[in-house]
Amino acid sequence: MANWKPWTREELAARVARDIPEGWSVNLGIGIPTLVGNYVPADREVILHSENGIVGMGPAPSPEKLNPWLVNASRQHVTLVTGASYMNHADSFGMVRGGHLDLCVLGGFQVAENGDLANWSRSEDDRAPAIGGAMDLAVGAKRIWVVMEHTTKTGEKRILRRCTYPLTATACVKRVYTDLAVIDVTERGFVVIDTAPGITIGDLQALGDAPLHSA
Amino acid sequence: MIDKFVRSVAEAMAGIKDGSTVLVSGFAQIGEPRALVDGLIEQGACDLTVVHNTAGRGREGVARLIGEGRVRKIICSFARSRGSVLFEEVYARGDIELEIVPQGTLAERIRAGGAGIPAFFTPTGGGTLIARGKETRVINGRECVLEQAIRGDVALVEAWRADRWGNLVYRDAGRNFNPVVAAAGDLTIVQTQNVAELGELTPEMIVTPGIYVDRIVHVPSGDPPVVIS
Repeated sequence: MANWKPWTREELAARVARDIPEGWSVNLGIGIPTLVGNYVPADREVILHSENGIVGMGPAPSPEKLNPWLVNASRQHVTLVTGASYMNHADSFGMVRGGHLDLCVLGGFQVAENGDLANWSRSEDDRAPAIGGAMDLAVGAKRIWVVMEHTTKTGEKRILRRCTYPLTATACVKRVYTDLAVIDVTERGFVVIDTAPGITIGDLQALGDAPLHSA
Repeated sequence: MIDKFVRSVAEAMAGIKDGSTVLVSGFAQIGEPRALVDGLIEQGACDLTVVHNTAGRGREGVARLIGEGRVRKIICSFARSRGSVLFEEVYARGDIELEIVPQGTLAERIRAGGAGIPAFFTPTGGGTLIARGKETRVINGRECVLEQAIRGDVALVEAWRADRWGNLVYRDAGRNFNPVVAAAGDLTIVQTQNVAELGELTPEMIVTPGIYVDRIVHVPSGDPPVVIS
C-alpha cells in the first residue's frame, strides 16, 4: 500500500491558482482546470477568458443571479466581473491563437518529456471524437499547464517519453500538476518541483516511463 | 424601402435546395437559431452539409435533422458531447460523413469564408491527425496546416435585436458564432428575439451590419434552457 497522500482535486486546483500571478489572462479548460477559478484570491486580478467569447469571467452565480444567456466553454453558468467584455467566436479564438493569453490550464491524458500533449482522444479509431478548442489553446497560449491524475484509474502511466495517444499539439506543455507532483517540462526533460506528502522521486519514477530530474 | 422581415419561419426558409451547405450558429444552445433549424426540418431540404460546433445534442434541432437522415455530412468540433445519441447511431450505420475541426479553426474557416479569404495557414493541428492529408508548411519554425474557408449556401443566425435593414445585436454569450456565420452565408436568415426600429440600434452598438443579412423573422422564443450540471 502506498504510504503517500495524493492531493485532492480541490487541493490541486488551489495549488495551480496559487501559482498564477496578478495580471495574467488565463483560459481554464474542462474538468479540474475549471475549478482553478474558484481558488484565485479575491484581491488578485486575474482575467479569465472563455472560448465562447468572454473576457472577464467571474464565479458561478447564486440561483437568483443566474443568467441563462451566460455560460462558459464547459457549459456551466458563470458571472462577469466588472470590466468584462464579449467577442464573437472567431475573435475569441484569434485572441487565443494570436498569443494574447498568458496561460491556459488544460486537462490531459498523456504528457511527454518533450512537451507533447495528448488530451482529446484515446485512439486513432475514435468513432466520435471531441477536439473542441484544445488544439487551438495548446498552440496559441503563451504557456500550457496540464492538470491530470498521475496515472489512469487502472494504473497506466501518463508521464511518458512519448505519447501513445493522438496528439493535441507538439512541444507545448510547460508544467504538469498531478495528484502526486508538480513537474516542469524543460530542455533536460521532466523536473520535479514539488511532491505530495510522503512520496519520493523514486516512487514517482516508478509511476511514469520518462526520467525525472530533481529541481 | 428596405425591409428584410418576413412573416413566418416557413417564408424565411423558402427555396433552400437539396445539397446545400448550411451554417448553424450557437454554442451550448445559446444563440442557437432553433426555430430556423426546426423550419429547415419542416421545409424538407435533404443531402445537406451542416456546419455547427457540435453534432447535435439530445433529439432536437441539429440532432433531429441528422436523425431524420437529412444530413450527408457534418462539420463540427465536438462529435461526441453529452446526449449526442442520434449522431452516434447514424454515424455507426455509416450514413453520415464527419469532418472534425478544431474549434478555433472552425470559427476562423467560417470567418475566412465571409471575408473572401479562400484558405489560410495555421499552426493549430500541426503535427497531429488533423494535418493528415492537408498541405503543410513550416512557417517561422512551426508546422502550419492549410485550412480551407467555409461558406454556406445558407447561414442560420439568432439575434437578440434586429432592425429592418438587418442590423443585429446579440445577448451575452449568445453572440458566439453568430457574427461570422452571418457574414459567411449566401442566404443569411436571422431569427430575432426582439424587433427594433431603424435607428434604435446605435452605430456603436451594432455588431452585425445589415448588409450581411437577407431575411429576418421575429421569434420571441425566450431564454435558452438553464443548464443543470
